[in-house]
Amino acid sequence: MDSPFGLLAELTYRCPLSCAYCSNPVDLVDYGDELTTAEWQRVIVEAAELGVLQLHLSGGEPLLRRDIAELAATARDHGMYTNLVTSALGLSRRRAEELRAAGVDHVQVSVQADEPAVSDRIAGTPSFARKVEACRLVKELGWPLTLNVVLHRQNIDRIGAVLRLAEELDADRVELANTQYYGWAWRNRDALLPSRSQLEQAEEVVSAARTRLKGRMDVIYVLPDYYSRYPKPCMGGWAQRQLTVAPNGDVLPCPAAQTLPLPRASVRADSLARIWTESPLFQAFRGTDWMPDPCRSCDRKETDFGGCRCQAFLLTGDAARTDPVCHLSPDHGIVEAAVRAANDGPRELTLVPRPHRVGQP
Amino acid sequence: MPTLARHVRLRHDAARDQYVLLGPETVAVLNGTSAAILRLCDGQRSIAEIIAELRGTYEHVAEDDVRGFLSRMAARHYVEITDG
Repeated sequence: MDSPFGLLAELTYRCPLSCAYCSNPVDLVDYGDELTTAEWQRVIVEAAELGVLQLHLSGGEPLLRRDIAELAATARDHGMYTNLVTSALGLSRRRAEELRAAGVDHVQVSVQADEPAVSDRIAGTPSFARKVEACRLVKELGWPLTLNVVLHRQNIDRIGAVLRLAEELDADRVELANTQYYGWAWRNRDALLPSRSQLEQAEEVVSAARTRLKGRMDVIYVLPDYYSRYPKPCMGGWAQRQLTVAPNGDVLPCPAAQTLPLPRASVRADSLARIWTESPLFQAFRGTDWMPDPCRSCDRKETDFGGCRCQAFLLTGDAARTDPVCHLSPDHGIVEAAVRAANDGPRELTLVPRPHRVGQP
Repeated sequence: MPTLARHVRLRHDAARDQYVLLGPETVAVLNGTSAAILRLCDGQRSIAEIIAELRGTYEHVAEDDVRGFLSRMAARHYVEITDG
């Protein structure tokens, strides 16, 4: 069995934003009992010993953890490359300098659109101006900057302006990722799924920008899998390359896997190494033996690993089925119906914002 | 003078006993010769000097291979090549 390369540390699910496309779990109440500083440090050290090279400090909003610089320093002391994935709210100059000194290597800042009115509406709070300011600070302190933009029906038409914003901010990378439908995004899917013509226009803009920005900025564009012929190779295969630790210490092969009806694994009860190598949760869909047809006899089974287990579960109720986005899946009609609805002319659907924290609407 | 880009790190990975190059959202596991070349990219040595030094350790060092490797690494922003 290979060692994992990356650990996604979801330090908290608290967040100053309330984006309806959030992939955090819907029952945030289960995650209020967050790991302590010492527990996170133990997790980071165990991950390094297990072979993890990249640490992603994420959430929720990871800056809401007062101990984040301490955790980054632990990762640095164990040779990890540390990515801060943030809304940038709370990234004051003092905080940023502290994190730079603690060894954070790379900062990813989310924006919700290219301008304040739309961005703030999607984020559910005035935040755009502070994000732009924080991006400039990231560059000033000598960090590589990635601008993260989750795309959906309500902002994908602005992708050209988003790319110009990234250029103006001198971002090194821009990640334009179509929404993945988990957590709150799953609840809001029908209001978020773009139409085919929106996607076609977006792809034209991205392809022109790639040519224009070649050598200056990496433009990463993640297609929406609902429109793909084959599923995404989710996480590079179940429990192959990555693991996630949720705020309460639950360990997951993928950040959306908490919804699956599988036995839990927690760093509060076991070591990361034992969970990675032996736990029933991590063994459940490792390799190809679990696969049903059409995956079992498909020559792409080592390419896309049957797609996403969480998506199969959300769409069919059975995590062991072929990802229904695959055109070969017997359940593909479920995806086709959602796509058809997204292309049936204009729709006015209301987004349900995620709460900032448990108990807040 | 090739030098590693500021945002990447080259390190030995004990778990896999291989050199790795770490950057934003990337992990490149390196073979022995790639690692040997990159370890000499310190901004102090020219490409010719790097090749000369490699020839002290390895039997067959093709100049074109080293130059080609470095320009591919530069295209991916892992290495910056400055004059000098």
